[in-house]
Amino acid sequence: MKKNIKWRFTLIALAIVASIIALLPNTPIYKSMNKAYRDYMPDKGIILGLDLQGGIYLVFEVEGGKAVQLNAKRIAGSINKLLSKKETKAEATANGTEITIVPASVEIRKVVEDAYPTLVVSESDGRLIYTLSEKEIRSIKENAVDQALETIRNRIDQFGVAEPVIQRQGDGEIVVQLPGVKDPKRAIDLIGKTAQLEFKIVDDESKLAAELPASVKPADEEELISKIKEKIPEDSEVLFERYMNMETGEVTKRPYLLKKDAIFTGEFLSEARVAIDSRFNSPYISVTFNPEGAKLFEELTGKYVKKRMAIILDGNVYSAPVIQERISGGSAQISGSYSMEEAKDLAIVLRAGSLPAPVILQQNITVGPSLGEDSIEAGKRTAIVAFIMVALFMAVYYRLAGVIADFALVLNIVFLLGAMAAMNATLTMPGIAGIVLAIGMAVDTNVLMFERMRDEIKLGKTPRAAVDSGYDKAFLTIVDSHVTTLITAAVLFQFGTGPIKGFAVTLSIGIAINLFTSLIGTKAVFDYINSSKEVKDLSI
Amino acid sequence: MIEIIKRTNIDFMKKRYIAFAVSGVLSLIGILAIVAIARGTANLGIDFAGGTAVQVKFDKAVTLHQVRTALETNGIKGADLQDFPSVKKVMIVLKKAGEHTSSSTSSTASIEKGLSDKVIEALTKGFPDNKIIVDSISEIGPKVGKRLRVDALWAVIASAIGILIYVGWRFQFSFSLGATVATFHDVLAVLGFFYITGLEINLILLTALLTIAGYSLTDTVVVFDRIRENMKVLLKESIDSLINRSINEVLSRTLITSLTVLLASIALFIFGGEVLHDFALAMILGVLVATYSSIFVASPVVLLWSGEKTFTKKH
Repeated sequence: MKKNIKWRFTLIALAIVASIIALLPNTPIYKSMNKAYRDYMPDKGIILGLDLQGGIYLVFEVEGGKAVQLNAKRIAGSINKLLSKKETKAEATANGTEITIVPASVEIRKVVEDAYPTLVVSESDGRLIYTLSEKEIRSIKENAVDQALETIRNRIDQFGVAEPVIQRQGDGEIVVQLPGVKDPKRAIDLIGKTAQLEFKIVDDESKLAAELPASVKPADEEELISKIKEKIPEDSEVLFERYMNMETGEVTKRPYLLKKDAIFTGEFLSEARVAIDSRFNSPYISVTFNPEGAKLFEELTGKYVKKRMAIILDGNVYSAPVIQERISGGSAQISGSYSMEEAKDLAIVLRAGSLPAPVILQQNITVGPSLGEDSIEAGKRTAIVAFIMVALFMAVYYRLAGVIADFALVLNIVFLLGAMAAMNATLTMPGIAGIVLAIGMAVDTNVLMFERMRDEIKLGKTPRAAVDSGYDKAFLTIVDSHVTTLITAAVLFQFGTGPIKGFAVTLSIGIAINLFTSLIGTKAVFDYINSSKEVKDLSI
Repeated sequence: MIEIIKRTNIDFMKKRYIAFAVSGVLSLIGILAIVAIARGTANLGIDFAGGTAVQVKFDKAVTLHQVRTALETNGIKGADLQDFPSVKKVMIVLKKAGEHTSSSTSSTASIEKGLSDKVIEALTKGFPDNKIIVDSISEIGPKVGKRLRVDALWAVIASAIGILIYVGWRFQFSFSLGATVATFHDVLAVLGFFYITGLEINLILLTALLTIAGYSLTDTVVVFDRIRENMKVLLKESIDSLINRSINEVLSRTLITSLTVLLASIALFIFGGEVLHDFALAMILGVLVATYSSIFVASPVVLLWSGEKTFTKKH
């Protein structure tokens, strides 16, 4: 019997030591410790959730459909190149996920199907309609998400955030968690930009070009478009350049009539950096193309000499200089009306590459550092108050037995925190609520046992017999009463988002540990008391 | 030893019809709440409905009226405001994208861009001599809202099934029925309270409700275990007196186990801060109603199902 008690106390002592070691990284002692020791220690401990340390939680939806459309457009372009090489008069146009070729002929079919064997074809009214197969559409969407994830990771790395979490979620969503970011708006802009860099030729020949106003107010943009809609040539479009008056801060928009087809895109870009224009002391972005792009750029600028070429990023014109001469060397400048900070972010997104499709921000949870601090304070206070109230009640109501239960309660909290630290679990504000509730529920186990013991004592049993049968008879009730709480906690863990998951974790670990401390811990104490001498009166 | 209540001998089962009436009303309100949620007329939080919420902390105390005026003069209409005067915090909730400012684009596929900035700008303009700290911004697009609603529904279904299986496995049918009715009763009662008082029905309330569902059984199990135990010894006693005896025997532990959780919940309610305020309120109500239902709902249902004979005749 005595041996058995010793063994149980040893187990408890070991668990306490293990918990404290696991928790070390969360204490100030850890920082002052010698690095040689630290190497043998756990290094993370309990991680604070975004709601406690401040930061942003973003969910972006990748518009996979747009990626598919872009892909169809690209294929149409390649088919046209193939067809012009064969000197046929046929032309391919992309419409959504369909590529239409007019006129249809057996030779054209052969050319296209040799190059793109996976396209699904149908023929009607002398036209060939090719569609992307379901499988292909799926894989394009899949790739778009993977690529977007990679690009976003790249951008965040360059932006400089400590310990970001960037991961896929479900079907085509990307979750980004940035702890401790001070300027959430800037981070959201940086991640959400498609960064589609395009070069388009200004359509100065159309009659409409002369009719366009020099500038409009930002609010009148849509009105202008609807007014001139009819007059825009089929192969052209109107895009705007944002212009800010540096003195008044007034923003105006300048419309451009542009040829729809981009002659050159950012896919050839190899480097982008911010430079300062010494004449105006304003920042601009210098971009460099890879060798293939440099060659193409030189050809194109040669072809369009004396024309204006607009540089467009995500549908906004940045500048539209006249091509004076063939540009060799593979570099270009993007100047525009932006601040140094904006220029830096633009350079980052250009360097990190464009997103394969636009992303839509679906969820943004931003928690300021002050709320995080307030919450931690509130959490600590609540836990302490709850502990004192519950512990006091137990000690008063059950006397010595209550004190033993309180001792078990302390163990409970130490083990709970230790287990969380060992698992590197994330503590959230609802998680703190879980700990507080666990404090209230933990003593329930003891209450059930003590009441049982009281029953047994009333029946005239000796203290030792009362303790033993109290534990035995209360055991099933205790398990039954906790299992259902564990079931709902498990469900919450499965379906809950970040903070709610934190609640499920603390509550369920709390309850599981509670079974250990009350069935092993308090029982050992009672057995010890009973074994030392024949106890006549149990203080309960 | 100190005892909250000495050995009692209350005829709980006699009062069951009053209890059924009270519980019927509580459950009915809860069912109305579910109907309202399904029809979209309940006060759903932005996590389910989609929208924007901004919580700010003021340096000097402000009234909700002042906040509303500041928002409206700057073109932001239809905001729900929630006040936490003790910490000088105000939560501004704008549900569903695209309805609050005239210039906003009516894109319903995403969150309303820049709405949170407009709110902060409006407050900065409206309270020029007050320092404003932005505590938190939550923007939730309709798609996420829809997914969270679906997830929530699955969570409810999964927990219900989990609890039913466990209870069905551990107890004979009449007891499982009693425990299940009591559990649903408790959840419905708390949900109904939130519905008629117009409090927000959100993810954190759902968490509380599921926790209540799990906890609700704690007290019920204590009573049921004692009934089962007495069934084996007191073979000839009628069911209602056996149930009465059992409830009276375990009454003190039923109350004490609830009391300790109640103490913890009250601590959360008072000190837990605005984030956990509603959660703690739901837990307090849940613990109270769970204690009531373990005595006045769960056992009477067993009695109702078994008829007023003895258990032994039943099997």
